[in-house]
Amino acid sequence: MQAAKPASQLTSGQWLLTGLAVTYLGFLFILPALVVFTTAFSDGIPAFITALQSRAFLQATRLTLIVTAIAIPINTLFGLCAAWVIARNQFRGRTLLMSLVDLPFSVSPVVAGLMLVLLYSDRVGWFSPVLTALGVKIIFALPGIVLATLFVTLPFVAREVIPVLEELGSEPEEAARILGATPGQIFRRVILPHIRWGLLYGILLTNARALGEFGAVAVVSGSILGRTATLPIFVEQSYQNYQSVAAFSAAVVLAGLAVLTLIGKAILERYYLHKLPTH
Amino acid sequence: MSIIVENISKQFGQFQALDRVSLTIPDGKLVALLGPSGSGKSTLLRAIAGLEPPDQGRIWINDQDMTHLNVEQRQIGFVFQHYALFKHLTVRQNIAFGLEIRKINRPDIRQRVNELLDLIQLAGLGDRYPIQLSGGQRQRVALARALAVQPQVLLLDEPFGALDAQVRKDLRRWLRNLHHEVNVTSVFVTHDQEEAMEVADEIVVMNEGKIEQIGSPQTIYDYPATPFVMKFVGEVNVIPSFLHQPQGLPHDIFVRPHGVKLQTQVTDTSIPAKIIQIIHRGRDIYLELSLLDRIPFMAQMNRDEWQALTMPADQWVQVELLQPITFPQASASPHRLPADSVTAA
Amino acid sequence: MLNFLPLSSPQARRWSWPWVITLGYLSVMLILPAIALIQKSLSLGFSEFWQIATQPMALSAYNVTFLTALAAAGVNGVMGTVIAWVLVRYDFPGRRIVDALVDLPFALPTAVAGLALATVYSDRGWVGSWFAPLGVKIAYTRLGVFLAMVFISLPFVVRTLQPVLQAMETEVEAAARSLGATPGQVFRRVILPPLMPPILTGVALGFSRAVGEYGSVVLIASSMPFRDLIAPVLVFQRLEQYDYAGATVVGTVLLLGSLAALLVINRLQQWGRYYASR
Repeated sequence: MQAAKPASQLTSGQWLLTGLAVTYLGFLFILPALVVFTTAFSDGIPAFITALQSRAFLQATRLTLIVTAIAIPINTLFGLCAAWVIARNQFRGRTLLMSLVDLPFSVSPVVAGLMLVLLYSDRVGWFSPVLTALGVKIIFALPGIVLATLFVTLPFVAREVIPVLEELGSEPEEAARILGATPGQIFRRVILPHIRWGLLYGILLTNARALGEFGAVAVVSGSILGRTATLPIFVEQSYQNYQSVAAFSAAVVLAGLAVLTLIGKAILERYYLHKLPTH
Repeated sequence: MSIIVENISKQFGQFQALDRVSLTIPDGKLVALLGPSGSGKSTLLRAIAGLEPPDQGRIWINDQDMTHLNVEQRQIGFVFQHYALFKHLTVRQNIAFGLEIRKINRPDIRQRVNELLDLIQLAGLGDRYPIQLSGGQRQRVALARALAVQPQVLLLDEPFGALDAQVRKDLRRWLRNLHHEVNVTSVFVTHDQEEAMEVADEIVVMNEGKIEQIGSPQTIYDYPATPFVMKFVGEVNVIPSFLHQPQGLPHDIFVRPHGVKLQTQVTDTSIPAKIIQIIHRGRDIYLELSLLDRIPFMAQMNRDEWQALTMPADQWVQVELLQPITFPQASASPHRLPADSVTAA
Repeated sequence: MLNFLPLSSPQARRWSWPWVITLGYLSVMLILPAIALIQKSLSLGFSEFWQIATQPMALSAYNVTFLTALAAAGVNGVMGTVIAWVLVRYDFPGRRIVDALVDLPFALPTAVAGLALATVYSDRGWVGSWFAPLGVKIAYTRLGVFLAMVFISLPFVVRTLQPVLQAMETEVEAAARSLGATPGQVFRRVILPPLMPPILTGVALGFSRAVGEYGSVVLIASSMPFRDLIAPVLVFQRLEQYDYAGATVVGTVLLLGSLAALLVINRLQQWGRYYASR
């Protein structure tokens, strides 16, 4: 890795280039982020706090947290299994499997939602007879929102864990196995300590996307405020209804979480770079 | 604890890694599996360990049929080429790993780890992490980790493969001594004939999934069973059969560089050769020759012999083959020729 | 207890727990939904599919979606390169913060991004008000769609380019200079060629993301047909009208577009590996 040129040695042309980059990011990222905060507090802090105490907002927050709490463990388990299958085995179709795991990134969230509607809608879905018979509602209800969130966050853990698992190699696993460790012991004592930062990184990204997913959830949720609206949908609905303080207050909460995510990412990236024993 | 391998075969796709291999390794021996890459030596070792289930055949360790037992049930110790140490554990924790899995009580683990640290001469470094050790030290820790659980047999896969030349040499000698001390039946894989010669009691030479020869280092070197072994375990000159065809010997003749004598006088059995280059390699002199001005040939001699030889002005010398070897067909034992059967064309 | 390791026979290995979970989950979560979409498309028959797919409103939506996404990804091909270059080569104050900021679109919910962009770039917004007197409207026009797509596709170029730039040897540049190349020639003939695969990969990844984007666009666009209506919003509207056939057809076209981009990305990555291995 090469060292960056210290600021004191930059030429004016290089400063110009730096200025261009920062200005671009300023207009694209920083100004919009600032406007969220100023608008949320435009009617003063009490208005902001009142907005966050509305029933609709609290319901949306609760729903978002429930969905995220379900999605993270499921996709973590899947991500670990998929990463292990891909990193530890040579088989025909391995590349195909990798592309398949990445596929949700290339599918428009709206199309993902549409697919779920075609499967589970109680009007036109494939499974509508079964669902009606069982009296289970998926679309326009919590299970649909969970499914949509699972779909869009499916690749994150696997993608982050595959490279660290490949880097570990299969020899330490074989060594542990020869020494008599059970599969569970091997996972806990050999694999997990090595992949933990990559795994945590993947979970962080899963978390951010699960909290913020809009398109796929909007399709399957029905966007009923107070019932099936998650936080991002609450933001959109409030905004369309000209309740700008409510919209921006919720946006501030989500943006705050995004900032925490970025800080977490930066910290984890440092651990990635300095792979020293951490005890 | 003896190891018996019976008719083992293993195929990877189209590639025949092992082809009906049978082998007996007596108790307490240190055996080398020697061969080029792709010869099946690592596959054989991994099959003995249980890491690579064979397609057919049986494996016995200590008179017990291990063929269908899992790795963890075979009570073997295994050392990997790239150490495979647990990077997140200290040296001490690495060595203790297998003992902890076996739920041995803490004071006993402590004591055993201390013994092993002494054995591998790393007593002061128990609390270091693998990343803080040199390659040679890491490999010794890997060895201690394998020995900690008192395996019936010790298997080592290219144990010195990732180390630099000097460390390799030291570690070879050390492994040899260690084996005398712990006396556990050991098998190690290597592609380096010098390493096999120096360390092993017995060498198993492998090529293309088959065993070419089994024997002591000396037997392998002096009485190679096949042209492959002859070429693989040391430098060799090949004199093609057409040179002596008129005498009715349709075989190539093999001779090692030190198995020849150079002289100036012409005899019935000497072959004329032109000196191309003289190479001083330490106390030995290597002569790059051209036999009959067309066949490349290497001769080796020590300094005294070199000085006794009066160099002819025209750079032509006479080569006398002292220990020529031929392999009539694919016979199991080498056939030694009397020196006088070779004549110059 | 999960069996995380291959059992002793290859057959058993295929069916150990990680395999079962991976293949089972992918079947239920990806393959089954995809089959539902394909089956619905096929059930329409080709002529009906084609007729719905080529309705003027749909054609205009593809146009807005794909061309705008291409433009946004292209702009980021240039600006992303500048940002990656500056982040790797120059140690200016605040570099770490800027570096972390690049990931904002991954971390910030798209609805919030759309809301924020719409506010800043509307007629009365901080930046939009500078343009309004010039007769340029940004929010609620195709320009707004473009802006949202630029926002969400920026990190792709920066993040694919950064490691390649980092691994690039500065000695090569010095060598070129010693052979008499001008700084411009060094850039065009030595620096840029190995950077092209990652830049184009980033552009394609950004394009693929922008094509599918819904959340940020729906808030900054007026979603008027023939003006700034994008295909994902059209799918959504059709669904709201219970027009499942219409939604499926447009959704399938959108999906095919994404898959084509995916193929291009795979090719580009192979090209990049070719460079890396030399």
